[in-house]
Amino acid sequence: MALMQISEPGQSSAPHQRRLAAGIDLGTTHSLIATVRSGEAVCLLDDDGRPLLPSVVHFAEQDVVTGYDALALQAEDPLNTLASIKRLMGRGREDVDRLGEILPYEFIGDEQGGVPRIRTRGGDVTAIEVSAQLLTALAERARSTLGDELDGVVITVPAYFDDAQRQATRDAARLAGLKLLRLLNEPTAAAVAYGLDQGNDGLIAVYDLGGGTFDISLLRLERGVFEVLATGGNSALGGDDMDHAIGEWIIGQAGLGKLDAALARRILIAARRAKENLTEQESVQIDVGGWQGVLDRATLNQLVKPLIDRTLSACRRTLRDAGVGVSEVDDVVMVGGSTRVPLVQQRVGEFFGKAPMCDLNPDEVVALGAAIQADILAGNKPDSDMLLLDVLPLSLAIETMGGLSEKIIERNTAIPVARAQEFTTFKDGQTAMAMHVVQGERELVADCRSLARFELRGIPPMTAGAARIRVTYQVDADGLLSVSAEEATSGVRSEVVVKPSYGLSDGEIESMLRASMEHAGEDMQARMLREQQVEARRVVEAIDAALAQDGERLLSDDELLAIVEPRDRLEQGIDTSSTDELKRLIEALEQASEFYVARRMDDSVRRALKGKQIDEVEVQ
Amino acid sequence: MGIELSQVAAERVQHFLANRGKGVGLRLGVKTTGCSGLAYVLEFVDEVNDDDEVFESRGIKVIVDRKSLVYLDGTEVDFAKVGLQEGFQFRNPNAKDACGCGESFTV
Repeated sequence: MALMQISEPGQSSAPHQRRLAAGIDLGTTHSLIATVRSGEAVCLLDDDGRPLLPSVVHFAEQDVVTGYDALALQAEDPLNTLASIKRLMGRGREDVDRLGEILPYEFIGDEQGGVPRIRTRGGDVTAIEVSAQLLTALAERARSTLGDELDGVVITVPAYFDDAQRQATRDAARLAGLKLLRLLNEPTAAAVAYGLDQGNDGLIAVYDLGGGTFDISLLRLERGVFEVLATGGNSALGGDDMDHAIGEWIIGQAGLGKLDAALARRILIAARRAKENLTEQESVQIDVGGWQGVLDRATLNQLVKPLIDRTLSACRRTLRDAGVGVSEVDDVVMVGGSTRVPLVQQRVGEFFGKAPMCDLNPDEVVALGAAIQADILAGNKPDSDMLLLDVLPLSLAIETMGGLSEKIIERNTAIPVARAQEFTTFKDGQTAMAMHVVQGERELVADCRSLARFELRGIPPMTAGAARIRVTYQVDADGLLSVSAEEATSGVRSEVVVKPSYGLSDGEIESMLRASMEHAGEDMQARMLREQQVEARRVVEAIDAALAQDGERLLSDDELLAIVEPRDRLEQGIDTSSTDELKRLIEALEQASEFYVARRMDDSVRRALKGKQIDEVEVQ
Repeated sequence: MGIELSQVAAERVQHFLANRGKGVGLRLGVKTTGCSGLAYVLEFVDEVNDDDEVFESRGIKVIVDRKSLVYLDGTEVDFAKVGLQEGFQFRNPNAKDACGCGESFTV
């Protein structure tokens, strides 16, 4: 006998044609799957009634186990038990080398700079394949809970995930055989779970304090459309740090000296349990390593206060980044298990001046929002037209002469978006132009991330600066970037679709953003110097071209020398002089060649008029 | 006769209606589709139509259109958990035969 769910009025589907959709929170430590049943979003439970699936996969020679079963094998077989794999999504070989100290896995070299592989007993695997295993386990849970295959899923990703990381998540879904309806930003999903999309327009802050990471996101809701205004946070700050702070307090109180690994682990477990129990109780008894003591709420608050302060300064920075005042925030949504700590709720409430929303289970809220979105996208709620906007995490730019980065689309721009800009040739008769697409906030291309290179060929030969090359950047709703370049007079065209090369982490995006602010001053100086160098080369180039054409005919030896001398001084100074010195050298050359420029002008006018009667000359 | 809800089913409907934030009750109906001739319909109700019969069972308004009532009169609606699955179940005295899935039936 079938078990039926209640549909919206008029939306009953024919038997066997129900469109089952689910939302998946693919997390660093835990993953969840949720669906909408009879109009209510619920997390699906495993056989033992647990909603969380630890994001851990164990590879044996023959079979693969996931979740709690894999977690149980982590201590005895760490090399074949892969955890925190989300940190590797969309990352390149170089990033993984740096992470190698944190993640104890055996990475396999890949000369092509492709996707790094991890060696396990069950074969070499990529982060995408490991994520696909987790997705498969969750989909299997949905199949046995809902009684049918899923028609589509929405998977959540951090708002700061870049193109490569989003693409890697898409690949994992495809590998797991799931139809991905769309990727959804985690903070947006949390806001949807609280039904904020149904409410009034306004500004929403999503405060997400998990086990190991802290994210703060500012969303603007306008006419039912979410836009991420800014994100910030700390990829190494979370509930684990609270456990450590409590653990150190225990060690201090117990007067313990050197700890072996087993005792350290037991202390951390005791610390975490004490923290969790202090959510409800005023004080708890701790009994670990032969020491007994009492931890009360006031002491806990003292221990975790510095950590909370750090999250609040990240909030302050992010508000500043978005250019909004704290009083403009209309709603504050709490996400992540660590937001259960009473002091966190209290301090966040004080900071924003309003009570944060924490009625829903903070571990589940992202998955619930994703489920609601999946239900709509699967067509089970056709009268709803919720459209969720994604946003570019980093600016997209193009390399210009001198290794400078010229931003075409600024970061935090909502996608889909298309922007165009015109460029021109640098040299006379130039017929090709190299395009270098980069991502990042810094002024010099060397400090940004290279996405793609391509060439525009077949530009008709013209004098420098005459060609008009229109470069268009287009980012579609899925975050895929295509770049095209077209020369206006001839119509020659060239384009490239950026399949993002894997290789940027959340931490790196963060540090790229931070670096762009820290280095703002020196970046500007570097930019001005590069611009002056480009100008110097252009001036030398122009003088050389002119001299080659008519220098001997128009100039005496002395005159020639008067130009060549400052020209050589400028050329020699290009790479060694300061911005101001270069400026002076350029001016010196321009002054020295002023008479020559004038003489050339006269000469060309004379030649144009030569042999013509006065009435043949058209006066404009 | 009419339609009866079990206590558990009534509580679940109450919960889902509250969660949805609107709606006057629960619609039961049949559609002429499905592998065995007729298929059940289970929907929230925002508006009662002219040709609807309204029953009340354990505090829940159960709405059935008159055409469907012929096939549904005397049906008991229960809410059950089977393994990991959960949902509403129909015990319909009019149904002679149901397909394996139970979502459609013949009279």
